[in-house]
Amino acid sequence: MGDRSLRLAVFLLCLLPLAWLLYAAAGGNLGPDPAKAVMHGSGEWALRLLLLTLLVSPLRQWTGWRWVMKLRRMLGLYAFFYATVHLAAFCHFYLGWTAAILAEELVERPYITVGFVAWLCMLPLALTSTRAMQRRLGRNWARLHRAVYLVAALACCHLLWQARSDIGEALVYIAAAAVLLGWRVWRHLRGNRLLAARPL
Amino acid sequence: MSRRLRIPPIPSSEITAESAYISRRAFMRSAALLATPLAAGVGSPLLAAEARSGMALRYADAAAGPAGFNTDEAQTPFEDVASYGNFYEFGTDKSDPARYAGQMTVDPWSVEVDGAVGKPGKLNLEDILAVFDLEERIYRLRCVEAWSMVVPWVGFPLGDLLQRFEPQSSARFVEFRTLYRREEMPGTRSFTSIIDWPYREGLRMDEAMHPLTLIAVGLYGRTLPNQNGAPLRLVVPWKYGFKSIKSIVKIRLLERQPATSWQSLAPREYGFYANVNPEVDHPRWSQRYERRLPSSLLRPNRVPTRMFNGYAEQVAGLYKGMDLSRLY
Repeated sequence: MGDRSLRLAVFLLCLLPLAWLLYAAAGGNLGPDPAKAVMHGSGEWALRLLLLTLLVSPLRQWTGWRWVMKLRRMLGLYAFFYATVHLAAFCHFYLGWTAAILAEELVERPYITVGFVAWLCMLPLALTSTRAMQRRLGRNWARLHRAVYLVAALACCHLLWQARSDIGEALVYIAAAAVLLGWRVWRHLRGNRLLAARPL
Repeated sequence: MSRRLRIPPIPSSEITAESAYISRRAFMRSAALLATPLAAGVGSPLLAAEARSGMALRYADAAAGPAGFNTDEAQTPFEDVASYGNFYEFGTDKSDPARYAGQMTVDPWSVEVDGAVGKPGKLNLEDILAVFDLEERIYRLRCVEAWSMVVPWVGFPLGDLLQRFEPQSSARFVEFRTLYRREEMPGTRSFTSIIDWPYREGLRMDEAMHPLTLIAVGLYGRTLPNQNGAPLRLVVPWKYGFKSIKSIVKIRLLERQPATSWQSLAPREYGFYANVNPEVDHPRWSQRYERRLPSSLLRPNRVPTRMFNGYAEQVAGLYKGMDLSRLY
């Protein structure tokens, strides 16, 4: 499979959850509370794609597959896209686009604050995701894009904070995020140790 | 011990007569429904529900409840009432109850009443159905999660049931318990659930004796579906839905306020009273608006929440002098 067709395939695959939501909504198959279904669906897919984005580098390190790196930007942008759908659905269905209520919710509901901050952190990452920006920012680009780790932690908090009595689902995502972030920490520490152990 | 295990078979003559009656009622109801704006395009929920086989229209002849108790707002279609809800014994997803509650054995069923009563005892469901006159009550149901429905329940006042057991003057509160049967309830087997089963709820005695407080055995003229709390459940329309405990097996009259499930779990979020109140937010979300179901993507059907869920006229007096922002 060539690069182009691979990217096209992944591009279309990532659109499937949204297509499914819209199709089900049009057919009246989202149940009596489609607003909630769209909220949950978009939020879940934002987090799943974020975790997939974070899986790319470790996957390359584990398997040696270089081609997966070519998908990282698109997966990250899709995570941002679904997070934006999630935020827009919240503003539409839950707030009726009332700015005053949004302000109040942001101040008074910590889980909404955390979710919104996560989205805000993704915004500059999405805006600087182009190759041109990457070149322009140079070394700072990588530093800036480390904010994605913070976004993952915030997104997990946002999910956990909403659980009412059963945290099982949240724990699955938290465990996945912990493995992906933990791997980086471990690699970093090991790298430092190797450096330290190296004879001068 | 249950004395009668089976509902006696109904003579065929009776069934014919009843179904004729039902179709007339169904016609009248669908005509009334179609006249309301929300129902237009939804079709007649009753007729649609009737098309489903195997669901007995046992209570189609229940009399209408007292005047002023029934809302004439558009009713949430049967399919939605029966497919969407919280019954955490079967899982936390809104569709879990409809998917798994079929496993729950509801026949035979009995309710044990004890505590501060003159005549403690156990009543079989059949005896309950034989003793009390059933009424239809069309109530708003407001979930603490900010969605709501309008449901035509079939049942009788809880007060009538409690009177039979002769409450003592020391009885100030009522505690209810849901069936807890692990092998039939997948949600209770979840390792990550933090609810201490069985599910418990409670009311103050005056709330329990209020004529609006209902024990429901059916909805839309038919036997209560398992996922809606079969075979009998509480309906307290001016409180958040979690107060309306499902599939009740035990009722106890107490002198002290009982510990209830959600209040024990998160006292900052769920109070004992749990009266619907747009002024007191859930710490994690606003209670000023609700989504009246069914809603759609183009028309979210977001309506303002009313004090006591619109039943202030009937129940505000119960809470005179109480600080409802503290005793939420």
